[in-house]
Amino acid sequence: MSILGTRVVRTEDPVFLARGATYTDDLVDDRLAGALHMTTVRSQVAHGRLLSVDASAALDAPGVVAVFTAEDCADLDPIPAPLPMVPLEMHRHWLAKDKVRFVGDIVAVVLTEERYQGEDAAELVSVDIDQLPAVVTTADAAADEVLLFEEAGTNVMATFGEPPPADLFTGCEVVVEQRMVNQRVAPVPLEGRAAAAAWGEDGRVTVWCTNQGAQQAKTLIAGWLGLDEELVHLVTPDVGGGFGAKIGADPEFALVAWLAQQVGRPVRWVENRSENLTGMLHGRGQDQMIRIGGRRDGTIEAYSLVVDQDCGAYPRLGVILPTLTMRMAVGTYAFPKVHAQARALATNTTSIGAYRGAGRPEATAAVERAIDLFAAEIGMDPAEVRRKNLIPPFSEPYATPSGMTYDSGEYPAALEKALQAAGYDELRAEQARRRERGDVLQLGIGLSTYVEITGADTGLGAAESAELEVHPDGTATVLTGTSPHGQGHATTWAMLASDQTGIPVEKITVLHGDTDRIPRGGGTMGSRSVQQGGAAVQQAAVEMVELAKQRAAERLEVDPADLEVDLAHAGLAVRGTPGAGVTFAELAGEERLVVRTRFEAGLPTFPFGAHVAVVEVDVESGKAQLQRLVAVDDAGVIINPLLAEGQRHGGYAQGVAQALLEEVLYDADGNPQTSTLADYPFISATELPSFELVDMATPTSINPLGAKGIGEAGTIGSTPAVHNAVIDAVSHLGVRHIDMPTTPMKVWRSIQQARTGDVNA
Amino acid sequence: MKISMTVNGQQHTDEVEPRLLLVHYLREVLGLKATNIGCDTTSCGACTVIVDGLSVKSCTVLAAQAEGATVTTLEGLAGPDGELHPMQKAFREEHGLQCGFCTPGMVMAAIGVLADNPDPTDREVREGLEGNLCRCTGYHNIVRAVRAAAQAGPAAGQVPQSQETAR
Amino acid sequence: MIPGAFEYVRAQSVEEAIEALVEHGDDAKLLAGGHSLLPLMKLRLAMPGVLVDISRIPELSYVRVDGDGDAAEVVIGAGTRHFELEKDEIARAEVPILPYVAGQVGDRQVRHRGTLGGTVAHSDPASDLPTALLALGGSVVVQGPGGRRSIPMTEFWLGFYETALAEDEVIVEVRVPRTGSAGWGYEKFTRRANDWPIVAAAAVEGRVAVANMAGAVVRATATEEALARGASLEEAAALADEGTSPSSDMHADPEYRRHLARLLTRRALEGASRVGAAAG
Repeated sequence: MSILGTRVVRTEDPVFLARGATYTDDLVDDRLAGALHMTTVRSQVAHGRLLSVDASAALDAPGVVAVFTAEDCADLDPIPAPLPMVPLEMHRHWLAKDKVRFVGDIVAVVLTEERYQGEDAAELVSVDIDQLPAVVTTADAAADEVLLFEEAGTNVMATFGEPPPADLFTGCEVVVEQRMVNQRVAPVPLEGRAAAAAWGEDGRVTVWCTNQGAQQAKTLIAGWLGLDEELVHLVTPDVGGGFGAKIGADPEFALVAWLAQQVGRPVRWVENRSENLTGMLHGRGQDQMIRIGGRRDGTIEAYSLVVDQDCGAYPRLGVILPTLTMRMAVGTYAFPKVHAQARALATNTTSIGAYRGAGRPEATAAVERAIDLFAAEIGMDPAEVRRKNLIPPFSEPYATPSGMTYDSGEYPAALEKALQAAGYDELRAEQARRRERGDVLQLGIGLSTYVEITGADTGLGAAESAELEVHPDGTATVLTGTSPHGQGHATTWAMLASDQTGIPVEKITVLHGDTDRIPRGGGTMGSRSVQQGGAAVQQAAVEMVELAKQRAAERLEVDPADLEVDLAHAGLAVRGTPGAGVTFAELAGEERLVVRTRFEAGLPTFPFGAHVAVVEVDVESGKAQLQRLVAVDDAGVIINPLLAEGQRHGGYAQGVAQALLEEVLYDADGNPQTSTLADYPFISATELPSFELVDMATPTSINPLGAKGIGEAGTIGSTPAVHNAVIDAVSHLGVRHIDMPTTPMKVWRSIQQARTGDVNA
Repeated sequence: MKISMTVNGQQHTDEVEPRLLLVHYLREVLGLKATNIGCDTTSCGACTVIVDGLSVKSCTVLAAQAEGATVTTLEGLAGPDGELHPMQKAFREEHGLQCGFCTPGMVMAAIGVLADNPDPTDREVREGLEGNLCRCTGYHNIVRAVRAAAQAGPAAGQVPQSQETAR
Repeated sequence: MIPGAFEYVRAQSVEEAIEALVEHGDDAKLLAGGHSLLPLMKLRLAMPGVLVDISRIPELSYVRVDGDGDAAEVVIGAGTRHFELEKDEIARAEVPILPYVAGQVGDRQVRHRGTLGGTVAHSDPASDLPTALLALGGSVVVQGPGGRRSIPMTEFWLGFYETALAEDEVIVEVRVPRTGSAGWGYEKFTRRANDWPIVAAAAVEGRVAVANMAGAVVRATATEEALARGASLEEAAALADEGTSPSSDMHADPEYRRHLARLLTRRALEGASRVGAAAG
């Protein structure tokens, strides 16, 4: 029986559990001996003219080796906008120069012998800023009255799509519209950002940093510093979570490398949580306008989604998030007419980047609310409206009006499975009883069906590299271009190699994140790893067997066609001749047995599913508590169900968090209100139930594994299900919509306003 | 100032600044890097260790306050032959960790939960771990791990160095 | 984040602690569990020059009953940690609201360190135990260079981080009336279980206190007067926000806080009447 599809526990865990993983700040390395510590001085003003930075007092403080301000890094070119559509003037200076543009903009850095000395000295750097009005909302930004980059003449970073055709909703019996907020949230990996750098006598720099893809990080850092890529050796230690926010590299990482060169000593940096919550990329941040139209029988005929994307102060991946939202706007539905349009806007806030789902959760959130609003308007059960409009099952590519080609889908089956597992009819009956009694705790039932795009081209094509080598002692090494940070690739990749070769999982070491050993790789993001990196490992193992057959045929003097894999002995056997054969290890003893390959998927895949959320809302206080989350997630063929389930669980929690709790907040002057974990309501175990998972597997033909991505699906499906459930719980009181997060105050106020007939809120 | 304490069964005496936090003493002075720092506000629990039988957040304790104490960190759990503690085993078998950053604190806090309540319900585990944040697992498999560990007997709620029961 | 530098003094007795406070004046701060002070110091919102550690004074940790009958008081040492109070058998029998509320503070690890005296001295308007203590009534016993004095609970918390405690005084113990089987209720409203309360209400024997409705924890006097007149729980609770001055933050604006104060007071009073009825 194949090891694939079985619940193999992680090979990573014994070390993680016995002595802890080794994150960047844990590194003990001779090259970092005597490293200086970098401490940042960040703007406490969201928008202003930087008049002066006085470091004299800090320079006199104990342990201070150097203080750098913008003047000291005049040699460095500004960090360019990463995307061609963004005005060139929207670049970032390494250390803020002339202007500060968000609370968290780096004004100076202090290098000290000891970490504790850095915080003391940073307090002594005196910064004089002439405060300007802050652009905090996308509406402020779009007004273009206050500009972040005067030279650009606008706050608009990019625009996508066209206005809707005038006849989009012509002929619709019912048209519903709603302005909605897909709020800004913080990714908050438990490990924040950290980096270390040391220059060698060979003129090369080794940079250790926490990231989701060493190769991308290397290219960015080398490019920013104007270095030949060959001069940068990037090493990824263990990484304490990423969720999209560690894609690429942050300027601080390059700054550490540059400073190490300037002072001729290694430098290390680890941020604190306040820096993390104000300096690390945030996610989501869309203001959406949805319009949906159709017939009273539940058939939807047209849908429009218009997005204002908050990008924060400096352009990062957030600029292109709305393009993903637009492409996935239609979701699982067979709407004949779909319109989507967006603009990306600069605000005096932390930059927006990818966060678990990155653009697709926003699309799903919009269309799933639209369906529920339409259902409420025509008085039809939301499950029924979904049934009437879902794309029918398909196994051949399906082209959507949003311009995507979905690979395979069984959306109606996913919905029915979820409804059945949840006991939907009984839930509705219980809801009716509570409504009838006027209970304080009302029941809300929320649905979502979703489809998302995974394994899209991340710049190197939808492809990944792998190397497999068997050693004479019977062990094997896999080198991968993916970048696990919790996903368990060391285990899953070993399973894929073991499945073909019979080499036991525990004898296979998987290495990643060292650009000298693995020069090419796409990293881990966009739920790409199994379908591309895993497929590459499987391909390497298949090629390994072929190579071994050639070698074994010579050694055993048989036709390669007469050789077959002997899984029990991790080698090759001669068909029909018991006892005759050779192990891979023996072959490796004669000559290095190594295969390097690259798997080209060419196309993305489209996992899908359906979620049912059950919440209780205390209608006196407005507090919603999630009772159940029933989730059907179809990511095609699953290699390791134990780990795939783990991905789903984590995704659900983050999705629920967005619906119920989490939001990054700024005041009117752009001051962050959620800059510690005492203020940012990171979801904890007490706000969550254990989840109810329902399996479903519709293979894809895009890769030989038949696998689609599972890393982000849970987040995408759960947010709208929970969001819809909260509104459903109070809909009988006249509430039509509540923006996320559905905080107690918002829910309570919505109920009050519905009672008093104030529908403007 | 001079401080002395027993960490994972070993006696240590060091000269430290009064303001040195226990977590930095463990990580930087003793080189015990398993214990992580995930926030600055006593919120996340990543730095949880057991001091004199009680789970505490070592980012909010001065090293000086642990004078004379018996401290156990994640590194002190496995047996001399490397055999994992029942809680460590359960976390592995139930896939109760992903990136691993919250794990050292989570395991120490979970041992404390079982010390107080040897056979908790799901809800009791969740309430017991309210001070420990995890971004990866959605807590689902952590809850399963703690309940599975409970089935392994009273050792799951104890730390090896201290004969007394952990809380 | 790390605190600024300070001098550390470990006091072996209350007298030693007072001496240190006298010597260093307003540059000194007492350190007990440290779970209010150290976070502020790490954020550099507090930078005392001297920390006087009183966490090792053994005679500050106890729970006992003083006196008999109606005059009996439950006396709790200031160094008693929240988890000790939560589990204490005497407290559970004699003043059960306190062990319950002690179990609502922060999370397990916080309760292992935080002390009753620390939370009383900190005077955060959103604190659980001060709210319960204020509803109980009684007094805070403090000791300074001139000896001990007793401050009525109703006069102790003056405002945000502001108390009647003088700079050279140490909280020694808290004395509250023995309530035995009388009804009590405590309602804490949070978004997450271990958050500080957005609003909380405590009710014991016709006395009601609310958290986070003003600069400090306050008694809901209008509610108490209504109860004394014989008003229904609902009518009385509807007055719970009278005289308060709730602030606005990201969790709640003043209007919502007022609503919560009324709602939670009603629920606390209902809880008290249920507990009382069950015991009676």
